[in-house]
Amino acid sequence: MITETIFAGFGGQGVLMMGYVFAVSVMRDGMNVTYLPSYGAEVRGGTANCTVVVSDEEIASPVSSSPDHVVVMNNPSLLRYQGMIRSGGTMMINDSLVEAKLARDDVEEVRVPVTDIANELGSPRIANMIMLGAFAAKTGLTSLNSLMNGLTEIVKGKKASIMDLNRKGMEQGARYVTRAS
Amino acid sequence: MTEKQLMRGSHVIGEAAVRAGCRFYAGYPITPQNELTEYMAGAMSRIEDGVFIQAESELAAVNMVIGAAMAGARTMTSSSSPGVSLKQEGISYLAAQELPAVIVNTMRGGPGLGNIAPSQGDYFQATRGGGHGDYRHIVLAPASGQELADLTRTAFEYADRYRTPVMILGDGMMGQMMEPVTFPEPLDLTGLPDKPWKLDGAKGRPSRVILSLLLNTALEEELNWKLFRKYETIAQEIPAAETFMTEDARMVVIAYGTAARIAKGAVKALREKGLRVGLLRPVTLWPFPDRVIRDMSRSVADFLAFEMSTGQMVEDVRLALEGRARVHFYGRPGGIVPTPDEIAGVLHTRYERSGLGGLS
Repeated sequence: MITETIFAGFGGQGVLMMGYVFAVSVMRDGMNVTYLPSYGAEVRGGTANCTVVVSDEEIASPVSSSPDHVVVMNNPSLLRYQGMIRSGGTMMINDSLVEAKLARDDVEEVRVPVTDIANELGSPRIANMIMLGAFAAKTGLTSLNSLMNGLTEIVKGKKASIMDLNRKGMEQGARYVTRAS
Repeated sequence: MTEKQLMRGSHVIGEAAVRAGCRFYAGYPITPQNELTEYMAGAMSRIEDGVFIQAESELAAVNMVIGAAMAGARTMTSSSSPGVSLKQEGISYLAAQELPAVIVNTMRGGPGLGNIAPSQGDYFQATRGGGHGDYRHIVLAPASGQELADLTRTAFEYADRYRTPVMILGDGMMGQMMEPVTFPEPLDLTGLPDKPWKLDGAKGRPSRVILSLLLNTALEEELNWKLFRKYETIAQEIPAAETFMTEDARMVVIAYGTAARIAKGAVKALREKGLRVGLLRPVTLWPFPDRVIRDMSRSVADFLAFEMSTGQMVEDVRLALEGRARVHFYGRPGGIVPTPDEIAGVLHTRYERSGLGGLS
């Protein structure tokens, strides 16, 4: 079973971090994984994306032809990836910032107002972790515990209060999509 | 072995180099391989006898590597395409002086300054002896994070064993991608064979000279034949390739590095549709694994070389086959990374057109 996910948004929204935390998390779950970030002359406010492929077998290509899931944090990403996602796939959308509607009816659309939830929790910077929690709950590809372990492994040495805030964010995201379905 | 960790390709090379005993690194920044230079800066500062130098230019860096190699150190430099062009003079000197060194080329789009996207346009330069003079050097083409770790150690071993520069030829995608990797234990440097040619001070022994200026043409010819014999030995001993689903294949894709990963995805997809396709991935680009390709032509009549260039390795495929099979080509130059779907489409079309479909 192979699952391809693209995370996309503005530079500065923590899009690469989302994919990185997810990748470490599934690796510790015992899966094979590749994490391919876009790179270039990127700037804050520009576009950023990464492709994470997860499989229980050897992964041939880290480049995705048609992703199973796409997580979009801004408008341009929705427009860019809605034609690529495979039929029956899931598109997770940052409802706070993305106004455009998905022009596909063969793809499940999951809208989560992650920026609003982040502001309610007191930090717009954790919008990405809220989305990641929602993504994990929706797809079942990993658990919140694994995500938290992944995050802890990556950002070693952060204050406990910051880690608590991130955990709260992931939980809120997960709760939002499980309540909505 | 270390615990599995998710690491960026460029960092993997750096860590593997340190564990292989690299104690001298000199480089000059260039995207998309700055993470390697960055990693070496940190790693060398934590090793007592480690030296890291950000040189004033690529040419200076490779000349510093020449000096460290002469003194007997395991040494490495790295760059990306335009920077590697600048290093070619030094690589020619390393070859002439039979000095071991590892050079990493994280290829990007070219020619000229090009761009910073992944490309495979430097194949000719890497495999034909990119500098002046009659020489070759070993070229290794890793295709995964784990192989980056493994082949980096191999590169240092080959460099010492054959007293030759060894190039690790990756590309921007191999450098930036993260995959789970485990590393072997650091090498015990005291266990390595002595280098009886190194320049470490002539106290108590006759002095030694390492040079590449041989005005006596007879001596220069002798050096050339000596190098030639060494290259023949290398070509006998180390060619390596991975084969995937080639046993009953009617068409085999030949691709290396990043292109091979994409091609493998395409081969898997087409196998699910019942097409008898396979993949052959050269791991050594020089020496090219021509025997395994030639042997395969006994059962395979159609090969398709796929490269992220307009066609360079395909010439080695033709040389290996010497007309024994049809050679198709598909390439995407300039920094474009095609998807597995695109390659699958090309393969499928060529497969049918070659009359391999239908009743099988």
